[in-house]
Amino acid sequence: MLWVDKYRPKTLDHVTVHTDIAHNLKKLVKEQDCPHLLFYGPSGSGKKTLIMAVLRQMFGSGAEKVKVENRTWKVDAGSRSLDIELTTLSSTNHIEISPSDAGFQDRYVVQEVIKEMAKNRPIDTKGKKGFKVLVLNDVDKLSREAQHSLRRTMEKYSAYCRLILCCNSSSRVTEAIRSRCLNVRINAPSEEQILDVLELIGKKEGLQLPPGFAARIAEKSNRNLRRAILTFETCRVQQYPFTSKQTIPPMDWEEHISEIASDIMKEQSPKRLFQVRGKLYDLLINCIPPEMVLKRLLHELLRKLDAELKHEVCHWAAYYEHRMRLGQKAIFHIEAFVAKFMSIYKSFLIATFG
Amino acid sequence: MQSSQQWVEKYRPRQVKDVAYQEEVIRVLTNTLETGSCPHMLFYGPPGTGKTTTALAIARQLFGPELYKSRVLELNASDDRGINVVRTKIKDFAAVAVGTSKRKNGYLCPPFKIIVLDEADSMTEDAQALFAFTQPSIAVQNALRRTMETYSKVTRFFFICNYVSRIIEPLASRCAKFRFKPLSEVIMSSRILYICKEEGLYLDTAALSTLSSISHGDLRRAITYLQSAARLFGSSISSENLISVSGVVPEKVVEAVLQACRSGNFDFANKEVNNFIAEGYPASQMLTQLFEAIVEENDLSDEQKARISKKLGEADKCLVDGADEYLQLLAVVSNTMKAFSNIPEEFAYEC
Repeated sequence: MLWVDKYRPKTLDHVTVHTDIAHNLKKLVKEQDCPHLLFYGPSGSGKKTLIMAVLRQMFGSGAEKVKVENRTWKVDAGSRSLDIELTTLSSTNHIEISPSDAGFQDRYVVQEVIKEMAKNRPIDTKGKKGFKVLVLNDVDKLSREAQHSLRRTMEKYSAYCRLILCCNSSSRVTEAIRSRCLNVRINAPSEEQILDVLELIGKKEGLQLPPGFAARIAEKSNRNLRRAILTFETCRVQQYPFTSKQTIPPMDWEEHISEIASDIMKEQSPKRLFQVRGKLYDLLINCIPPEMVLKRLLHELLRKLDAELKHEVCHWAAYYEHRMRLGQKAIFHIEAFVAKFMSIYKSFLIATFG
Repeated sequence: MQSSQQWVEKYRPRQVKDVAYQEEVIRVLTNTLETGSCPHMLFYGPPGTGKTTTALAIARQLFGPELYKSRVLELNASDDRGINVVRTKIKDFAAVAVGTSKRKNGYLCPPFKIIVLDEADSMTEDAQALFAFTQPSIAVQNALRRTMETYSKVTRFFFICNYVSRIIEPLASRCAKFRFKPLSEVIMSSRILYICKEEGLYLDTAALSTLSSISHGDLRRAITYLQSAARLFGSSISSENLISVSGVVPEKVVEAVLQACRSGNFDFANKEVNNFIAEGYPASQMLTQLFEAIVEENDLSDEQKARISKKLGEADKCLVDGADEYLQLLAVVSNTMKAFSNIPEEFAYEC
């Protein structure tokens, strides 16, 4: 088992990072007055962990016995009928799905599939009327229409169905949905908190930590706890006992991008652009999300640039990322950014050095 | 596990005269209640000012609970409201004849039915995502206009919307228009205090004024915040508690970002933006608050303010389109920084 899973806090009492939030959530569940919840925050901040802990608090250990199912729903969409395939993760009391997996058909998932799930009222062992929880991932990726439909479902079945929504950016969730949920902001853990967690894991695994080693991992993790723990485990596999000078392996895709960045800085020509295209394709084929590629590329370029160029470059990065969102093929826009950068940088070099 | 009732519903005024702050509207409607004559009506105004409440209250007071179901049809944006719905559902409901005026249990029961179309302007807005839908939605409104004329003897329409300009002219001209004003701070506070008393909550003056300022005259939003805070933090609520449930970015954080803009140091600002994103605050909210801060900033000339605002507008549009929060915010901050230190807007090396 990966350490990330092994040391994931199972109950609200064991949560180490967001203790105050956990405390409040516990109070909510205890008072039998749980509204719909919306968790938002950057990745690796512990949203999922908290959600699982809340479910456990509600249903006891039964919430951990989950089964994964691939189901196909037949949906009647006006003139034709559609088949929608979705992966669900469910226990007796809760169902977890990512409705945005259905792409542009997400509206039907919300209107038909979620409605169907929400309608069926479970009966608990004592014969009492139970209630169920629907966990929806990535609600910020849902289309507007789907979000509009969701809001009706939330009201209609609220007597016995609770929704727990999870997303990265709450800007993309419509006001109508936000106002119907209790919004819970999960901030990324600070470096000190990550350090504490790493030291705790180290102690439980019985590892000798040289001074400053865990701090370096925490610093490199970008305040992403999951990433910190994964890196920590990687280090453990690579070399143990740890030495204080041991290099912390960077993510290979990040290394790849920093290579691209230095390529671009070295030479600005159509030929180089062509070479870079190949490398960009490599990244995209390996399922690195294009906006991550662009962001990382900007990060690498900003590190190497003169201050006066930074404003210009970050403006264009924002511009092309927006275009990428509107367009279809990410590669065009990343490449356009690279080309734009080359032209700016070249004219800067000419103006400065002649 | 039953969730207690939403306070927004619980404290919704049941009678027209209880609706706060909209005196002109109330005066006209009280008259309606006495005479039983009623034109088509168009209610417009910002959210949370009592439009839906008023429409439902008058329908209830006219017909009483018994006849309410058969005489009133309520449609809001989450129902399917394509042209077919207008042609069938609304028409069917409108076409049913009703008996003559007879008083029942003290209710006036005038001889017509009421159709309440909530969020009438979003008949277009809903369809915005699908470009192709823009035309039919005008058609929907057009279809309504025929329906209105044909059945006006037995049916009254109440349209409720935020922006009167989004309702097509032929539709608007058939209605008596009522504008709902945003609630003043005094009215809002008194309503909030009333709810606090009913629910046994304690709110200090600082928290009360925070609540009024973060909800911008929207009473529904204020009540929602209050309820969320009460659920999370118990009966004694401070202004920090309210800010944390509302998703508003704390003053301190906005000030830190502004300070970074003033400093003129790009790397410092970049770090600040990174921090902001890691804390998980919504970027769209930040843009709103940054805008407020910029407008009130004394050290800036009008021209500088205009420059910054222009960029804020563009970034907001991009965010709505789903662009990345970090990149947009960074672009805004970089632009603001340039405006602060009067660097010309044009890029030097663009060709």
